[in-house]
Amino acid sequence: MQPDDIKSNILTTTLESAVNWGRKHSLWPMPFGTACCGIEFMAVLAARTDIARFGAEAIRFSPRQSDLLIVAGRISIKMMPVLIRIYEQMPEPKWVIAMGACASTGGVFDTYSVIQGVDKFIPVDVYVPGCPPRPEGVVEGLIKLQKLVETEKFSDYSTTRGK
Amino acid sequence: MVQGADQPMDTERMVLNFGPQHPSTHGTLRIIMELEGETVIKGTPEIGYLHSGFEKLGEYLDYNQYITITDRMNYLSPLCNNVAYALTAEKLMGLEVSKRTEYIRVLMCELSRIADHILNVGMLAVDLGALTAFLYGFQLREDIYDLFEIATGTRLTTSYTLVGGLMRDIPDKFDEAVIKVLDNVDVVARDIETLLNKNRIWQDRTKDIGIISKEDAISYGLSGPMARASGIDWDIRVQEPYSRYEEFDFDVAIALNGDVFDRYLVRMEEMRQSVKICRQALDKMPAGDVMVDPDLGFSLPPKDEVYNSIEGLIYHFEITMRNRGMTPPIGEAYVATESPNGELGFYIVSDGGRVPYRVRTRPPSLMNYSIFPKLIEGHMLSDAPAIIGSTNVIAGELDR
Amino acid sequence: MLLPKIITKVQDKFPSVTLDTTQFAGEDIIHIQGSYNLDVLKLFRDNGFNFLADITAIDNLTLGGFERFAVVYHLLSHETAERVTIKAYVPEDQPELPSAESLWKTADWQEREIYDLFGISFKGHPNLIRIMNPDDFQGHPLRKDYPRLGRKERDDFPVVKRGINKEAAQ
Ligand code: SF4
Repeated sequence: MQPDDIKSNILTTTLESAVNWGRKHSLWPMPFGTACCGIEFMAVLAARTDIARFGAEAIRFSPRQSDLLIVAGRISIKMMPVLIRIYEQMPEPKWVIAMGACASTGGVFDTYSVIQGVDKFIPVDVYVPGCPPRPEGVVEGLIKLQKLVETEKFSDYSTTRGK
Repeated sequence: MVQGADQPMDTERMVLNFGPQHPSTHGTLRIIMELEGETVIKGTPEIGYLHSGFEKLGEYLDYNQYITITDRMNYLSPLCNNVAYALTAEKLMGLEVSKRTEYIRVLMCELSRIADHILNVGMLAVDLGALTAFLYGFQLREDIYDLFEIATGTRLTTSYTLVGGLMRDIPDKFDEAVIKVLDNVDVVARDIETLLNKNRIWQDRTKDIGIISKEDAISYGLSGPMARASGIDWDIRVQEPYSRYEEFDFDVAIALNGDVFDRYLVRMEEMRQSVKICRQALDKMPAGDVMVDPDLGFSLPPKDEVYNSIEGLIYHFEITMRNRGMTPPIGEAYVATESPNGELGFYIVSDGGRVPYRVRTRPPSLMNYSIFPKLIEGHMLSDAPAIIGSTNVIAGELDR
Repeated sequence: MLLPKIITKVQDKFPSVTLDTTQFAGEDIIHIQGSYNLDVLKLFRDNGFNFLADITAIDNLTLGGFERFAVVYHLLSHETAERVTIKAYVPEDQPELPSAESLWKTADWQEREIYDLFGISFKGHPNLIRIMNPDDFQGHPLRKDYPRLGRKERDDFPVVKRGINKEAAQ
């Protein structure tokens, strides 16, 4: 191999950024769509917005195969234990997007049976506002999350990741 | 020959938990199924995973505020909910809205019906393994969303009606945009039918699955496409017309077998009839106001008046203030409307205050879904998604 | 028109059961005693009102009425497209009335809903358990004396922390 070839074929980087680069562009979402936001999430998947452009089209309905939980819709007191179970079943590293007002704060449903924001009980990384958020908003949230993934540190995984 | 292949296989009874987080449960349904091999012996649905206290909330929000909540009940066709609620409140208050209002409401309801049915058919196909119909259908749905966005300002949670009228008039040239979409509906419907109707797999998986008899349909309180696919000639738009449906010329789609395939056919035909109604509504659209006379004290002033004139602002305060506001007489009203899913009724009890005393929704999804245990009995496990898909359960409406 | 005839029939047949008949906005409302609801409903069903459109309940705590609770039946006749509202009153100390499940299967889930949200029980119901709220839920949220924000049910879940090593994270 000529010295010139080495120059043009080898790239030095840190392992961390190489891994993060890979993760960032292949987030596998698990949509936890319960209500109206779930329908808008379908629009995010469908042809017009198409999140495949951001490498996140590999929708997995099994929490064990995914690393991004998208909570889309209101969570009732009956559903919350299920959500916690699903979050715990996802392997690390994992991220959470709270899509819509309900998932973030309870939204218009200030009643006895709606959880006032899933972040009370599970950690949330990105909040997407709106009722429902426009598909473009969800894409924006995804891009924000990718930025977050980029800055992850391996050393954090054993403790408080991504703080 | 493999040893023992001539003997029946030993199977044990097994209990399978299906949902609440499973793609073909449409969000939040859960079914506990007892299986013998692959045959379902008993299916017990468990609902309530999206119970969000709609009816409790209704007792704290005033008549116009609650309209925003009705959107979030049936998110496949929110405009139908808006209209049904407004009609009930108007009946309670004895208001009569203008002809133009009613025509616009009809137009919007029928567009919603198309959007609902196209998604429902698409989802049913997805659940049975055919993605193409969904993608074609969703493209059309996006176009209808665009129409809603032009008229109401948002895609999904429209809150378009007010008690006594509409939030705003439809914009100029709206009819041209609608006609463009309507032309497309016919094309997409034909495409979907070409893909599915004679498809061997589709037929095998939908014909003779989940048959509902006429008697059962009545006993279980089914309505809408579910009932009409079982041969019940009942469409509230025809039999008890509201919003001037009697002035439109359309046919009621009916099928006789009551299986999943027939429910699909009824929905496809209803889409075509909706196109017909939309075209007539556009043709005959009368001129006029879209709000009742402000002197009656029941209408919110238009937004630009509120922001740009002191009179408008004062008037707005008068209507929305806690101790003033619109107050209906003491009484109660029930109005049934034909939503894409069936009889959507609102029942409002008023104690003469500015908030309702009780708001009840008659959710078509609840009744339509309650027959599920009977339908799944004796079918294969893989028929469960087909049956759920064909009932078009919408969790927000089911659990409220 | 079926309705006027049946209403007179009800009044003749069960004079002590019918508390009142009223009209509002063109709707006929028949007020009856809760424990006799099946007799009246059956009479309606056998005379053309074949469809039970809806069952719900009202808590009359501040509204006033014959009793604390009213169970409301909306009936529809597919033949003549007429509707009628039947209100069956049940007292607070014994909120119980016969189940209509034997007449219409649709009553099954709706009565469970009323049981869950209002705490009215139905005699003869095959499976009277909560339907909307979790099984361990206390109270009946649609009663007027139940607070809208609940009694802390919505705050009562374990908090999950970030990261793998949860002890270290605390
Ligand atoms: S945020 Fe709005 S659109 Fe989303 S689930 Fe809640 S109510 Fe529905």
